[in-house]
Amino acid sequence: MDGFLDTGLGTTLLIAAQSLLIVAFVMISLLFLVYGDRKVWAAVQMRRGPNVVGPFGLLQSVADALKFVVKEMVIPAGVDRPVFFLAPMLSFVLAILAWAVIPFDSGWVLADINVAILFVFAVSSLEVYGVIMGGWASNSKYAFLGSLRSAAQMISYEVSLGLIIIGIIISTGSMNFSHIVAAQDGNWGLFNWYWLPHLPMVVLFFISALAETNRPPFDLPEAESELVAGFMVEYSSTPYLLFMAGEYIAIFLMCALISLLFFGGWLSPIPGIADGWWWMVAKMWFFFFLFAMVKAIVPRYRYDQLMRIGWKVFLPLSLGWVVLVAFLAKFEILGTFWARWTLGG
Amino acid sequence: MTPSDFQTVLPEVVLALWAIAALMFGVYTGKDRVAVPLVWATAGLMAALALWIGLAGQGERTAFGTLFIDDAFARFAKVTILISAAAVLIMAQDYMSRTGILRFEYPVLASLAVLGMLLMVSASDLMSLYMALELQSLALYVLAALRRDSLKSTEAGLKYFILGALSSGLLLYGASLAYGFAGTTAFAGILASLQGEAAPLGLLFGLVFVIAGLAFKISAVPFHMWTPDVYEGSPTPVTAFFATAPKVAAMALIARVVFDAFGAIPGDWGQMLAGLAVASMFLGAIAAIGQKDIKRLMAYSSIAHMGYALIGLAVGTVEGVQAMLIYMVIYVTMNVGTFAFILSLERDGRPVSDIASLNMFSKKEPLKALAMLVLLFSLAGVPPMVGFFGKFYVLKAAVDADMVWLALAGAVASVIGAFYYLRIVYFMYFGADQEPADSRMAPVQWAMLVAVAVIMLAGIVNLFGLEPVAQVAAEALVR
Amino acid sequence: MSVADIAFYAFAVVTVVAGLMLTISRNPVHSVLWMILSFLGAAGLMVLMGAEFVAMLVMIVYVGAVAVLFLFVVMMLDVDFAALKGEISRAMPLALLIGVVLIIQISLGIGAWVEADGALGLRDAPAPHGVDNARALGLILYDKYGFLFQIAGLILLVAMIGAILLTLRHRKDIKRQNVLQQMWRDPAKAMELKDVKPGQGL
Repeated sequence: MDGFLDTGLGTTLLIAAQSLLIVAFVMISLLFLVYGDRKVWAAVQMRRGPNVVGPFGLLQSVADALKFVVKEMVIPAGVDRPVFFLAPMLSFVLAILAWAVIPFDSGWVLADINVAILFVFAVSSLEVYGVIMGGWASNSKYAFLGSLRSAAQMISYEVSLGLIIIGIIISTGSMNFSHIVAAQDGNWGLFNWYWLPHLPMVVLFFISALAETNRPPFDLPEAESELVAGFMVEYSSTPYLLFMAGEYIAIFLMCALISLLFFGGWLSPIPGIADGWWWMVAKMWFFFFLFAMVKAIVPRYRYDQLMRIGWKVFLPLSLGWVVLVAFLAKFEILGTFWARWTLGG
Repeated sequence: MTPSDFQTVLPEVVLALWAIAALMFGVYTGKDRVAVPLVWATAGLMAALALWIGLAGQGERTAFGTLFIDDAFARFAKVTILISAAAVLIMAQDYMSRTGILRFEYPVLASLAVLGMLLMVSASDLMSLYMALELQSLALYVLAALRRDSLKSTEAGLKYFILGALSSGLLLYGASLAYGFAGTTAFAGILASLQGEAAPLGLLFGLVFVIAGLAFKISAVPFHMWTPDVYEGSPTPVTAFFATAPKVAAMALIARVVFDAFGAIPGDWGQMLAGLAVASMFLGAIAAIGQKDIKRLMAYSSIAHMGYALIGLAVGTVEGVQAMLIYMVIYVTMNVGTFAFILSLERDGRPVSDIASLNMFSKKEPLKALAMLVLLFSLAGVPPMVGFFGKFYVLKAAVDADMVWLALAGAVASVIGAFYYLRIVYFMYFGADQEPADSRMAPVQWAMLVAVAVIMLAGIVNLFGLEPVAQVAAEALVR
Repeated sequence: MSVADIAFYAFAVVTVVAGLMLTISRNPVHSVLWMILSFLGAAGLMVLMGAEFVAMLVMIVYVGAVAVLFLFVVMMLDVDFAALKGEISRAMPLALLIGVVLIIQISLGIGAWVEADGALGLRDAPAPHGVDNARALGLILYDKYGFLFQIAGLILLVAMIGAILLTLRHRKDIKRQNVLQQMWRDPAKAMELKDVKPGQGL
């Protein structure tokens, strides 16, 4: 068996199987993410939420997905067909692609490349094309306006996300997720994680992640009351499902990123308890819960306020933080508090 | 990077820091209200830097590996650039304030453009050459479009930008071929790789592209298309700026490239430069005749003048480079004076620049007309003005290097060119009897005009000692 | 053929075909999309060459940001490309002639290509052993060519000043939101309570 895995075919099959495993994990998570999202939202608004399909409504998402798939596809007149269908596929595929470099446990990663964090960032910066292409190809003013807003928003917040990530890279001295998590290991459990030295940036990252993924309170492009569903307004049936799925997967990816970058990934928060993938999954779910709570609690921003915050508040703050961290790490203020590369990062 | 590297580039560092500090100061205080003091301070700093570079510079130093070189040639060009830029800045301040285009970014962009020029003349590597050239050009593109509500100014900026980008592309392509041949971008390395070999075809292509890209910057024919439109469309102070410091920098840069990097194959670039020179002189002289706008006329005039300066380079000798340097200094001086005059022309409080507005100007302002007469004679190269000596030096260098045909072509073109300069003189003294434009001058402008006119006459004694200095500079370049 | 070979040919074919489609595509938006695909192919080729850091930067900067702005502009430009094409076709013979001459010249130059002795040795700047390429790039960029890096910074500063200078129009006739002012507003001073007696008014 070992011999077979070393051959070219064996390696290819192994990679294919691992990829399948990750996709399966992501897709199954997706079903319950949507369900969980709606349940949290309902609970905050003192409703019951989905409770009909399956026990406690657990199968609601499955039913919804089936419904989307079997519905008739409405293709508006005058759409640019190739681009129109390419857009949702692109969103979906890219959203899944980024998971290739996300580790779930020490060594549990499909592609352990040394620019992993840049890869995630590059792929998520490509996701904007799904939005633009969808909005443009629909041949509809509403969709186009929605896509412009959405794209401008995604690009704006990518800048501060990137700068925040640079702070982490400076602290770690590596762009590999495994190294970043390893640099957060220590005797103090959760107090060794990056959320403490990079405290202000955790908040910024969380908010930027909301804006980057078009989640409420920054869901202006699809604001129900204003632009119906933004760039997706002309989509129906499976293409719409792909867009929605892509969005949720991107949100879940952001949860994974926050867990890895600031909250120690698979490391146990309390010293003495074993590390493992369950911590990673638990953290991801916890942050998704926070995302859902924000959606339920915070009112929607106005578009100019959103842009103002992105460019005039977050960008200077994160840029300043990069400069500050560079100094703190270079001169090893507080020993290894910021300069973690000495820990074998 | 060592402290001594930074010591070598200290004047440039000072200018860069000044630009940044001035920008911050302007943004956080009065915005355009502080523009006037910023202009004066910038000009003062440039003059101080010119003094510093001119007096303190010694010998030849390189910095940052092979990227930067500070020698007598670079210092000569730097002093010329800094002084002319400072002169143009202060003489245009009054005009800009009056027409409401004096934004506080103007001195900042001007300092950054000048910084680019200083780096250009000190570049000793294809990469630093390109970066410096882009820094200078980008600032100039913006300045050309400074009057953003005017269609002509916007067009000038856009045209300059697009053609400039194209020429940068040519330059880069040529640079990549040169790099492909030599395996290094350092001028010294390219020179070393050429020793004892005939240049292969691939490298010659590279040379052609590099020179084409640079010829655009000095607006040598056939890369001159942008010049008249940009000169006419840009605000006049910016035109004055275009006609002076950048030309010196680009000319010095060409000299630097051909001698430092391709000095082993003077025959190959010599004939190209000679071709550019002849074409520029004749086109500049002939096309200027029909012009009705003084700024357009000055554009063709500058094309022709670049042709003469290129003769000095084309001959490839120390005398040639020396003549080129002298010519550029005289050219810049004359242009400062001429533009001080052009800036002052107005009718009913609005700036004008058509030649017809000069009719019978001598009746109204005899002194200014006389100063202008001296300047125009000098531009035309009529003896005994200083402008004649500039032409004399380059033509003599050509004759000494056995390129008599080039000298003859220069002499013929100069006779043709004299016609349109004298035409302006005719208008001023014997033109149609109509009301001439007013000439409103700030004291600085007036001083510039008169001082330049006096220089044009007084300089014939010994050119203010320019000759030996230029010789030292030329010898530093041609080894 | 190893996996790397297959990947190379796949990326190379994608890059070239996308580049071709970019030029012959009738719809300008499609052209930009093809251009983006061609960028991605090039990024893939860079990964195969071991320059993964540069490849990711190409994806983030060029594909993720620059090309998006490009796409915005092309989408919103109201240019009649058919009419533009008509004009181009008139100049086509001359353009073709120039193009053919250029191709002949350049192939002459490349056909007779020789390098100086030792040029290859000068050119080779291998990444120091045991250092990943992000680090090696940093050493070159910030140390050896730090001077050029600073000039590049100044060029970007000029571009920024220029963009602001040429486009910013400060409109005085519109209302602006001053967030801090709103936040620090004191409710006690903003309103006044008056006790109005019945039947009297103020």
